[in-house]
Amino acid sequence: MVRYPLAAGLAVLTVALTSSVALAQTEVTWWHAMGGELGTKLEEVAANFNASQSDYVVTPVYKGSYAETLTAAIAAFRANEQPAIVQVFEVGTGTMMAAKGAVYPVYKLMEDNNQPWDTAGFLAPVTGYYSDPEGNILSLPFNSSTPIMYYNKDAFEKAGLDRDVAPKTWAEVEEFSKKIVASGAATCGFTTGWVSWIQTENLSAIHDLPYGTLQNGFGGLGTEFTFNGETQARHWDNLAKWSKEGVFKYGGPVGGNDAPPLFYSGECAIYMNSSASRAGVVANSKDFEVGFAPLPYYEDVIAEPKNSIIGGATLWVLNGKSDDVYAGAAQFFTYLSQPEVQADWHQFTGYLPITNAAFELGEEQGYYAEHPGSDIAIKQITRGTPSENSKGIRFGNLTQVRDVIDQEFEAVLGGSKTGQQALDEAVQRGNVILREFEAANQ
Amino acid sequence: MQTKRTIFPNRWLPFALLAPQLAITLVFFIWPALQAAKSSFEREDPFGFKTTFIWFDNYAKLLADPMYLNSLWRTLIFSVLVTVIAMSVSLVLAVATNRLLRSGRIYTTLLVWPYAVAPVVAGILWWFMFNPSIGILSYVLGQLGVDWNHRVNQDQAMILVVLAASWKQISYNFLFFVAGLQSVPASLSEAAAIDGAGPFKRFWTIVVPLLSPTTFFLLIVNINYAMFDTFGVIDGTTGGGPAQSTNILVYKVYADGFLGLNIGSSAAQSVLLMLIVIVLTIVQFRFIERRVQY
Repeated sequence: MVRYPLAAGLAVLTVALTSSVALAQTEVTWWHAMGGELGTKLEEVAANFNASQSDYVVTPVYKGSYAETLTAAIAAFRANEQPAIVQVFEVGTGTMMAAKGAVYPVYKLMEDNNQPWDTAGFLAPVTGYYSDPEGNILSLPFNSSTPIMYYNKDAFEKAGLDRDVAPKTWAEVEEFSKKIVASGAATCGFTTGWVSWIQTENLSAIHDLPYGTLQNGFGGLGTEFTFNGETQARHWDNLAKWSKEGVFKYGGPVGGNDAPPLFYSGECAIYMNSSASRAGVVANSKDFEVGFAPLPYYEDVIAEPKNSIIGGATLWVLNGKSDDVYAGAAQFFTYLSQPEVQADWHQFTGYLPITNAAFELGEEQGYYAEHPGSDIAIKQITRGTPSENSKGIRFGNLTQVRDVIDQEFEAVLGGSKTGQQALDEAVQRGNVILREFEAANQ
Repeated sequence: MQTKRTIFPNRWLPFALLAPQLAITLVFFIWPALQAAKSSFEREDPFGFKTTFIWFDNYAKLLADPMYLNSLWRTLIFSVLVTVIAMSVSLVLAVATNRLLRSGRIYTTLLVWPYAVAPVVAGILWWFMFNPSIGILSYVLGQLGVDWNHRVNQDQAMILVVLAASWKQISYNFLFFVAGLQSVPASLSEAAAIDGAGPFKRFWTIVVPLLSPTTFFLLIVNINYAMFDTFGVIDGTTGGGPAQSTNILVYKVYADGFLGLNIGSSAAQSVLLMLIVIVLTIVQFRFIERRVQY
C-alpha cells in the first residue's frame, strides 16, 4: 500500500500537534443547551474568544434541552466529571442556589481571579433574578429573554386589519383572531410556546398577581404557590374555549415544540414565545412579514400592565476544577460581558442585552431604529417599577412544577376540568413538590 | 418428561463455566437492584450532598398519590393493548408469509426491518406521521372528518403510543412465529387434510397447540417489553401527555428520576415496578404454562 506511510505520517503529525496544543492551553469545558441558529452563534462566540488569546480554550458542548443539560451536569457532578461552566435555565436557579457545595459563585470567581466586575452595569431585572439576598450575582447572566408576541402582518392585512397594529389586550386578541379565521387569512388565530412560563408565570407578573408566598419565593424555602387566582383561572378557561372554537391552537407541553411550525407555515397568525425565538422566526418566516408586540393583558384587571419576567439562562461555574481552569473561566466571562460581544449576541438572537452598555451600544449603532420591534422585549421587561409580584419567581424543583402545570392545563383543554379546578390541583401538587425540596435542602 | 443428567468429573468446571454469566448478572442486575432498593428508603438532594434515611416515606407518598395510581392504570391498558396487538398481528403476518414458498424470504426480510429501528427513532417517526400540524396521517384523517389532535385528546394519544410500541415489537414476534410455524411438521396437517379437516380446523387444532411454547415465550417477552422497554417510544411521541394519559410506570420512573431529579421516589417506583413484573412472571409460569404443550 502506497497510501499507508502517508496516513501514518499524518496521524503522527496530528497527534503531535494536538498534544502540543493541549499542553500549552487550559481547556475550559462549557455545557450548553443552544441548538439550531443559537447554537451556531454560541460556537462562534467561543471561537472568537479562543482566537482572542492563547492561554485557554473554551470548548462548548451541546447537551440537549435545558432540562437535559441541567440533569446531565448534576449527574456529571455526582460522578466527578462535571464541566467548568454549565448553562442553566432560569427555572433551575432555585435548585442551583440551594446546591451551595456544588457552585462557585460568579462574583467570587471574578474577585479571586482579579477580573473586573461591576454589578451595577447589568440590566436591573436580570441582576435581581440571579442575586443572593446580599445582592451578589451567583451566575453570569448570558442569555436572558422575555416572552413577546409575534404576528403575521400579511395575514392581518388579508383579514382586513391594519398590518401595523397588533392586538393590545386579550379581548383584541380574540376579536382579531376571529376575524382572521373567518376571513380565511389563516386557519387559527394564535398559538403559544411555554404555557407554564408565558400563560401562567408571566400572565401573573404582568397583572401584578402573586405566584407564590414569600415574594414569589425570593424570601426563603417555606413558600407556597398562589397562582390559582381568578384571573389565571379565567385565562385558562378562555384558552380552552378558544381552543374549541379554533381561535387558539395548543403547541404541546414544556416549550411547545409544535407551536413554531404553526406560525412559520402561516397556519396561526399570532405566536407568543421568547424574544430569543426571533432569530428562528425571522429565518423561517420567509413568505410573510413578521410584526413584534408586547404580550396582551386583560384591561379590566390592570390598566397599566407591569413588566414581564425573565426567561433564558445563566452560566454557572461548578466546583472541583483546578485554579487554571477557573482563571480561564473568569477571563471568558469578562470577554462575554464586553458591550461588543453582548450587543452582537443580543442583536443576532433576540436575547436581552445583559448590560446597559450593550443596549446603549446598540442604540448608537442605530440597530433599534433600523429593526423596528427589536427593542420590544427590553421595553416590556423594564416598563414601570417592578413590584414584588413582577420581580420574578424563584422556587426549587420548578421544572417539576412546570410539568404539573402542563398536565393540569391539558386537562382543561381536554374538557375534564375547569380552569379553577385545574389550578387548585396544580397549586396543591406544586406545594407537595416544594415541601419535598424544602426537606431535601434544609 | 425426560430427565437429562450429565456427570462432570471436575467439580469446579461447571462453576467456572457459569462464572461469567453470574458475574454479569451480579454487576449489571443484582447490584443496581440493591442500590435502587437502598435509595428508595432515602431522600437526597439532586447533587448528592445530603442523604437522609426516611423509612417508607417514598412508598407511602407514592401509594397515596392519585397520579401514581393513574399511571398504574394507564400501564395496564397500555401493556394489554400492546401485547394483544403486537402478538396477533405478527401471528397473522407469520401465517401469511409461511404459506408463500418463493417470496416468503423477501417478506420476512422486509417485516424484520422495523426491529432495527431504535425505540426513540420509532417514536419520532410516529410522532411525525400523526403530528397534528405537520403530520401526513393527521391530515388524511382530517380529510376523512376525524379531528386528530393527540396533544389534547387523551384517547388519541393512547392510540398513538400503542400503535408505535406495537409496530416496534411486531418484527420480533414475527420472527419467532415464523420459526415456530416452520417447526410444525407438514405431515400432521396433510394427514388432517386427508381426514377432511378444513384449513381453520387444522390451524386451531394442530398449529396453535404446537405453537404454544413460542406463544408463551412471546407473551412474557411482550409484557416485559410493554412495561420496561417502551419509554423511548413514549418519550418520542407524547412525552407522557396530555394530562398524564400516556404516562406509564416506566416513563414515570424516568421522568421523576432523571428530569425531576427526585431520586428517592424514582427508586421506590422502580422497586415497585420490579415487584409487579416478578409477580406477573410467577403467575404466568404457574398458571399459563400448564396449558403449554412441549
